[in-house]
Amino acid sequence: MLNLKVRLTLTKDMLHKYSIDQLQMIANDIREDIIKMLEHAGSGHSAGPLGLADIFTALYFDVLNHDPKNPDWPDRDILILSNGHCVPVRYAAMARAGYLDREELMTLRQLGSRLQGHPERQRLPGLETTSGPLGSGLSQACGIALAHKMDHVLHRWVYVIMGDGETDEGNVWEAAMFAGSKHLGQLITIIDRNNIQIDGPTETVLALEDYKAKWEAFGWHVIEIDGNNIEEVIDACAMAKAIVEKPVTILAHTIPGKGVEFMEYDFHWHGSPPNHEQALTALKQLRTLGGKIKSEHE
Amino acid sequence: MNNAYHIIDVGRDSIEKVPIRDGFGKGLKRAGELDARVVAACADLTESTRMQAFAEAFPDRFIEIGIAEQNLVTIGSGLAAAGKIPFVSSYAAFSPGRNWEQIRTTICLNNQPVKIVGSHAGISVGPDGATHQMLEDLALMRVLPNMVVIAPCDSIEAEKATLAMVGDTRPNYLRLAREATPVITTPDTPFNIGSALVLESGADVTLIATGTMTYHALVAADNLYKDGIEAEVIHVATIKPLDEVTLLKSINKTKAVVTAEEGQIIGGLGGAVAELISENTFAVMRRIGMRDRFGESGAPDQLLAHFGLDAEHIRLSAHEVLAKKGSN
Repeated sequence: MLNLKVRLTLTKDMLHKYSIDQLQMIANDIREDIIKMLEHAGSGHSAGPLGLADIFTALYFDVLNHDPKNPDWPDRDILILSNGHCVPVRYAAMARAGYLDREELMTLRQLGSRLQGHPERQRLPGLETTSGPLGSGLSQACGIALAHKMDHVLHRWVYVIMGDGETDEGNVWEAAMFAGSKHLGQLITIIDRNNIQIDGPTETVLALEDYKAKWEAFGWHVIEIDGNNIEEVIDACAMAKAIVEKPVTILAHTIPGKGVEFMEYDFHWHGSPPNHEQALTALKQLRTLGGKIKSEHE
Repeated sequence: MNNAYHIIDVGRDSIEKVPIRDGFGKGLKRAGELDARVVAACADLTESTRMQAFAEAFPDRFIEIGIAEQNLVTIGSGLAAAGKIPFVSSYAAFSPGRNWEQIRTTICLNNQPVKIVGSHAGISVGPDGATHQMLEDLALMRVLPNMVVIAPCDSIEAEKATLAMVGDTRPNYLRLAREATPVITTPDTPFNIGSALVLESGADVTLIATGTMTYHALVAADNLYKDGIEAEVIHVATIKPLDEVTLLKSINKTKAVVTAEEGQIIGGLGGAVAELISENTFAVMRRIGMRDRFGESGAPDQLLAHFGLDAEHIRLSAHEVLAKKGSN
């Protein structure tokens, strides 16, 4: 297993500290933690957090310039989770990265916990915003990116994670138009294109396609990737940082519930936690995988 | 009568009238000069919300959002997260009228010091009609934890309030009116967020007013004096947090209260004072405001009289509460 005790003095040293194999192991550990947290909490969302585990692993263990021991570090990159219901994956990734003890993960959704059902900035250092009601993360990211632009700060990147169903919200497109219009090149959106929302498939509830063309029409550069392939996530973020004249949307195609066979592709798992037996089955599957979650293309 | 803080003779026709929003415009430009963190954003109403002077003086710190009020306040939240002190303005009917949830989650629960400025509030926006006559903003903002709610009575106070908001680390809502409003305070009149101001002293009845209605309360007090009644006039610029000490001191003295606001009687100043009284003391009370209905097109003065939002109705209500007090 990984040695997470490595002291992170300069966070730039984190870059490429882990191999892709190691990152896949971390993603698997995060998935196990998500299952345990949700089972213990008895409520919460399963599919989204599992599907996002590879993206969060890539961000917290490779892409982001951050310092878990100094969450308010003034030079840090900003990561906004707009679809707040997926926060279990963020808590689990933050715990693995050293922001909090893993034991605390089991307080999810309990009275007095820093780990609220939907993330609250003031409760837990390292969360940049408070979110849950959908559609407002991108505009907050616009405000932060714009402030950085005003101050001629060019070395800080603002990442936003959104759900695909979330982009039904009008606020998203107000922000998308704004970011395109103001050429917010430090802004990178990662959309979890898992094709499900609570009432069913996204294309049945409210069709999003031609999704790529929509973002391009709003003045964004679009990169499409397999969002369960950590290497692709890292490469896409590197590419996005190289495109400075436009904001970038990474359309990350993911499999909801990824890693747990009976949850994969099933929209009924959007807003439900596993019960005890289901959790045991899920954990057994994840352990058998041994971190071998790979791109569907491999 | 003791009128230490307002130097005008309220009965004069020649009283100077200036839109309250003008004071905000002056204050915002001054705030920009005093503090480099101050930025401003507007939703396609830069001139009429009086952000124009700031936009011209500090073009690099002014952000045109376009007609997108949800974006307006959430970008404000992001600017505050990055260390700016953002003032975000539109007409009150749209902000906070349209974007309440964004204000609740990304500003109040998130506790970012965004300064939300709602211009053209109240019935006196006039001919535009009910869609644009924002009467519910005080209630919408007052119910939110962490939010400070301020409704200045004139342009001079609006300027002071704007400057005070820069130093306040909480989310703030500033309510402005469109029409020229009598200037009843002076540069020396004290202003502190959270402090009510006793404009006139009297022992018979307490008139509690906010925003544009404070002038009408002063006129009513003058007329009540002619009726042989000494009214205490308290201007409540900060509706939340309410200056309970100042209000209760007066209410316990007079036991008769009339509130006045250019908004719904439910949830605004009248609601706040009723809550204060019912939890702390006994008094006869009447609320002047819109009585659970929408407005309509008309000239501002016509509308104020039509819906009973003027000095005469405050005077009559004072007589009513005094009669009830006498019969209790």
